[in-house]
Amino acid sequence: MTKRIRATQVRRGAMLLIALVVLAGCWELYKLVIPDDGVKLGSSLILPRSDDASMPHLSEIFKVFGQQEVAGGSGGTVLSSVINALWYSLRLAAAGFAVGVAIGFLLALAMQRLRIVERALLPYVVLSQTIPLIALAPLVYGWSGNLSLFGLEWKPWMSVSVIAAYLAFFPVAIGALRGLASPPPVQTELLACYAASWWQTLLHLRLPASIPYLIPALKLAAAAAVVGTIVAEISIGLQGGIGRLIITYAQQATGDPARVYAPIIGAAVMGLVAVGLISLLDVALRRYHTQEATV
Amino acid sequence: MSAPAAVTLEAIGKRFGDGPGAVQALTGIDLTVGAGEFVSLIGPSGCGKSTLLRIVANLIEPTEGSVQVNGKPARRARLDQDYGIAFQQAGLLEWRTVQGNVELPLALHGLDRGARRAQALELLDLVGLADFAGHRPSQLSGGMQQRVAIARALARRPALLLMDEPFGALDEMTRERMQSELIRICAETGAAVVFVTHSIPEAVFLSQRVVVMSPRPGRITHVVDIPLTARDEDTREAEEFFGAITEVREALRGRTKVEDEP
Repeated sequence: MTKRIRATQVRRGAMLLIALVVLAGCWELYKLVIPDDGVKLGSSLILPRSDDASMPHLSEIFKVFGQQEVAGGSGGTVLSSVINALWYSLRLAAAGFAVGVAIGFLLALAMQRLRIVERALLPYVVLSQTIPLIALAPLVYGWSGNLSLFGLEWKPWMSVSVIAAYLAFFPVAIGALRGLASPPPVQTELLACYAASWWQTLLHLRLPASIPYLIPALKLAAAAAVVGTIVAEISIGLQGGIGRLIITYAQQATGDPARVYAPIIGAAVMGLVAVGLISLLDVALRRYHTQEATV
Repeated sequence: MSAPAAVTLEAIGKRFGDGPGAVQALTGIDLTVGAGEFVSLIGPSGCGKSTLLRIVANLIEPTEGSVQVNGKPARRARLDQDYGIAFQQAGLLEWRTVQGNVELPLALHGLDRGARRAQALELLDLVGLADFAGHRPSQLSGGMQQRVAIARALARRPALLLMDEPFGALDEMTRERMQSELIRICAETGAAVVFVTHSIPEAVFLSQRVVVMSPRPGRITHVVDIPLTARDEDTREAEEFFGAITEVREALRGRTKVEDEP
């Protein structure tokens, strides 16, 4: 059985690699086939340009990682800048993720416990996600300008994490609510017959039953925290993270068009790492994956 | 001093909703189930037999009348875990082993690990599943899952078992085997049983008394005594068995006609 699981994993990994190769092939094929100025129909461009400034060769993009950060300087390479920025942003995203998951889960608990809370809160939970993030980020930054909590001075990075949390809480709140409410009546009534308290019912029934719903919610939350972090960094102009690096390199695009792609690849890697960590959790909690009972 | 009656129902009525849309589910139910007695509730769909069982279990409150379980108010009896219960679906927790499922009511009652384990294994032995203690529910057949559910219902050694069509989802062969098992288990534990079923032969085979109910509003129309001399596989082909079946069938026909599901 473990052998079969191993085989599936290998096959899945291989498919991922093939997909990547196909994608890269498409990129280079496009450059090869489409003229540099793109394809025009009348005066409107219907296929984008494929010149080296718009679509650098993949080899150029990967060469960028080895370049010195400042041309001719003795500083680190682009790769080390990207990695440093990644590490910085990932920690902010993780803080936002943790706060978001905690809030989302507590909201779900409150909504599950009391119908009236669900009816009162759920519309606002949904509404919260319709506010554009870029509108929100400067607001959070502005509000928290001189904030000081219990002697802890508010730092700009905390605003970034708050915005990441704002995005991350949503899928958790919705997923956990569905998961906590998922046990069928026969099981909730059984626990009622055992005179189980609300807390015991949560611990022995609702929580384990919610795990199949929580894992995908956590994956969404992890991805949302990463996106939120990057957008918030850009939006409030925080130094040190991958968001800032995207802006910096974009400004150098005229001189070195391939550079733009380095932090973008970095951001994608960051998202993959975040979701990958949740997948590990998924594996650890495998036994809570409910198969349908045969009755 | 004799043990108190397992269940005493006095003038039970249950109405769902209010105003003109209200439905009178039960009316004027008087019933006493003695200690160790096996009583079946039978009747067409919508006669309120499951509702009545839920009232005994204190899962819902009656609108009128009083319920005593083991000589206590129903709510007290539930909080004291005086009864065990089994439904049509086994309702086992997938993430627990078979043994873990049987241990659940014991764990909720605060028994320590060692006592839980010993008792669960003993109960699994009673229902003939000692070899499956470490299995997951999904690895068991429907009949085996239902046996786990019965072991779980017996976990607190209750003086009363409440069963709501526990064999309803099983095939006929498994069903008959489970009925014989239940007779044996009841003889070993001395528990009283209130058993809800659609099946006349099942009610007759298992019960000392069959309570016949009719719908709209749900009420008791007949109580048929089943004086079988023995309850084993030969009983199913015995004259007295068929005689009792006929008696229950006529009681059912007396006041009911075939009606649609509510």
